[in-house]
Amino acid sequence: MALPQTVIDTTEARIAGLDLPQGGWSAAARADALARLRAMGLPQRRDEYWKFTRPDTLTQPDVPQAALFDPQESPVFDGFDRLKIVFVDGVFDPAQSDDLTLEGVSIDRLADVAEADIHWARDLYGVLEARGQDPVERPLAALNTAFASDGVLIHVTGKPSRPINLIYQHGDTQSDAILHHVLRVDSGAEATILENGPAAARFNKTMEIDIADTGILHHIRKQGRDHERRAVTHMFARLGRESVLKSFTVTVNGVLTRNEVVVELTGDDAVAHVAGASLGDGDFHHDDTVFITHDAVNCESRQVFKKVLRNGAVGVFQGKILVKPDAQKTDGYQISQSLLLDDDSQFLAKPELEIYADDVACSHGSTSGAIDEEALFYLRARGVPERKATDLLTLAFLAEAVEEIEDEAIAEDIVTRLEGWLSRHS
Amino acid sequence: MLEIKNLHVKLEDEDKQILKGVDLSVEAGKVHAIMGPNGSGKSTLSYVLSGRDGYEVTDGSASLDGDDLLDLEPEERAAAGLFLAFQYPVEIPGVGNMTFLRTAVNAQRKARGEDEMSAADFLKVVREKAKSLKIDADMLKRPVNVGFSGGEKKRNEILQMALLEPKMCILDETDSGLDVDAMKLVSDGVNALRDAGRGFLVITHYQRLLDHIKPDVVHIMANGRIVKTGGPELALEVEQNGYADILSEVA
Repeated sequence: MALPQTVIDTTEARIAGLDLPQGGWSAAARADALARLRAMGLPQRRDEYWKFTRPDTLTQPDVPQAALFDPQESPVFDGFDRLKIVFVDGVFDPAQSDDLTLEGVSIDRLADVAEADIHWARDLYGVLEARGQDPVERPLAALNTAFASDGVLIHVTGKPSRPINLIYQHGDTQSDAILHHVLRVDSGAEATILENGPAAARFNKTMEIDIADTGILHHIRKQGRDHERRAVTHMFARLGRESVLKSFTVTVNGVLTRNEVVVELTGDDAVAHVAGASLGDGDFHHDDTVFITHDAVNCESRQVFKKVLRNGAVGVFQGKILVKPDAQKTDGYQISQSLLLDDDSQFLAKPELEIYADDVACSHGSTSGAIDEEALFYLRARGVPERKATDLLTLAFLAEAVEEIEDEAIAEDIVTRLEGWLSRHS
Repeated sequence: MLEIKNLHVKLEDEDKQILKGVDLSVEAGKVHAIMGPNGSGKSTLSYVLSGRDGYEVTDGSASLDGDDLLDLEPEERAAAGLFLAFQYPVEIPGVGNMTFLRTAVNAQRKARGEDEMSAADFLKVVREKAKSLKIDADMLKRPVNVGFSGGEKKRNEILQMALLEPKMCILDETDSGLDVDAMKLVSDGVNALRDAGRGFLVITHYQRLLDHIKPDVVHIMANGRIVKTGGPELALEVEQNGYADILSEVA
C-alpha cells in the first residue's frame, strides 16, 4: 500500500540531510534498512504507537536547540573501574577514550571497520533491528541502521574484568547524533555495559544485542541531565538458552526521551529483566516502550518501570508481553507505576498481554498515585521534616526498580544521585 | 508538662464534633491513663495532639512545657518532645527500618541544634535498645513494619520511643493486638523509660495493660470529654462493672 504523501514527505525531508555511509560490509545492511525505512515512513502524530508521544521533533530535519547543562556533580560511574569509550556529539573521541583492548572482549569502532570483514557483526548489524520491526514498526531504528555514522562492535568472548562504559558527551547545542552499537555475548561469556551522558541535542541510538546460550549481559544506563536534550533509543535483544539480560535505565531531566526495548526470548530458560526509574520536573516527557516476546519454554521476563513526575512532567509506558503458542511455562511480570507529586503531571500507560500458550503465569499492573499520606504523617510524627519525608517515600517508591541493579555499589551511587536530584527539586 | 484546656475538635470535612471540651494536665514523671468506650474520642485526642490532618480545633489549647502544640507542624511537635505510639503503626515498603530510625533520630537532633549521630554510633545504640525489646537484626533490616506481626509492630514503636527519648509519650491502644507475652515485653519497655522528667498518657480500653504499666491517674473519657478522674482503682472499677455505671453516675 502506498504511503500517504505527508509520510513520504516527512521521511524524504529527514533523509535528505543525511549521508549514507558507503562501502564495506555494512553497505548491504544499510541499503536494506533504507528500503525498510522508505516502506514504513517515519512516525506521524496520529500513529497508534506514538499516541502518547509526539514524534515530530525526532523526525524533522532541524534539530531543536538544546543548551548545554553543567550538572555540577561528577559523571555517574566515574568512581568505578571501567573501560571508557567516549563519544562527543555522536563522534568517537579517541583522546578521552581508553585503549580498547581488554581481555575477554574485542571492541571495534563501526566507522573504522567499514573495510574489514567482521563476520559476527555483519550477521547482526540491522538483522535484529529488522526482526524487531514485526509486529510493530520502528522506523527511527531503521533510519538509525541506514545512517549511523559511528558506534562500537563489542564481542564478548569471555568475562572481561571491567565493565565497558559508553560515555556520551554533549558539546554542540544543535548536534544530531546517530549511533549504532552491536553486541554479541558468546556462550558462557559475561559482561557489563554502562552507558551515560546527554549525548547530543538530538540523539538516535540503536543497540543490537545477541546473547548466545548461557551468556550473561548486565546493562546499566543513566541518561544525561541536559534539560533540553531529545533522545530516541532502541535496544533489540535476542536471548539464547539459559542466557540472561538485565537492563536498568535511570533518566532525570530531558525534554523528550523515548526508550524502546525489544526483547526476543528464543532459547529455553532464558531470563530478561528490563527496568527503569525516571524523574521529571516541568518540561519532561519520558516514554518507555517495551515489547517482550516469549518464544521458548520456561523463560522469565520482568518489566519494572517507575516514574516520579512533578510540575507538568509527562510519563508514558507502553509495555507488551507476547507469549507464542509454544512458550509454555512462561513467567512474565510487568509493573509500571507513577508517583504524581502534583495535580499537573500526567502518566499515560498502555500495558498489554497477548498470550497464545496455555501454561503460563503472567501478571501485570499499572498504577498512578500520590505520596501515601499515612506514611508521610508517620514519618513526620517521628520528627522527619515534610520535605525529607517526601523524598524518603519517593526513593522508596523507586526502590523496586533500582533493586534490579545487581551491582550494589552502583545501585547505591545511583540512589545517592537520585536523592540529590530530589533535594534540588522541591 | 502537657496541658490541655477546654479542647474542642471537629472533623475537618464533616460537621461532626468529636472533642467537646477536654481538660487534662499530665505532670512530668507521672503516668496518666485514659479509658473510655469506643467512639469516646480517645484516639482523636492522640491524633490532634500529634498533628494529624483531618481535624479542626474549634476551641481550647494544648501545650507542652509551655509551647503551644497546636501551632506546630507534626515534626516540630516531635522535636519538642512529643511522641505518639500509634495504634496502627504504618507499613512503609521500600524504607529500611534502620534508615527510618536513624533519619528520625538525626532529624530531631538537628532540629534541636545537636550533632547528627554517625552510622556506627547509632548502630551501637540501636542494638542495645533493640535487644531488650527482643528486636532482632532482621527486623531492623526489613522495611518499616512490613511483614511485622502485631506484636513486632508495637515493639518497634517502643524502640522508636526509646531512641527518641521524648518528654511526653502518648500510647494509643498499645495493647491492641498483643498477646500476654507481647504485652509484658512492651510494658517492660515502657516501664524502663519511666523517668522523673517524662510524662505518659496511656490510652486503653482495658484495665489489663494498666496491670503492667501502673498509672498514677486514671481518666474516663466519654462523648468527647473527661467525665471522671481518679486513682488506679478507677480502672479496676471499669474492669468489674463496665462503663455503664460510671456513665450513668456522671450523666
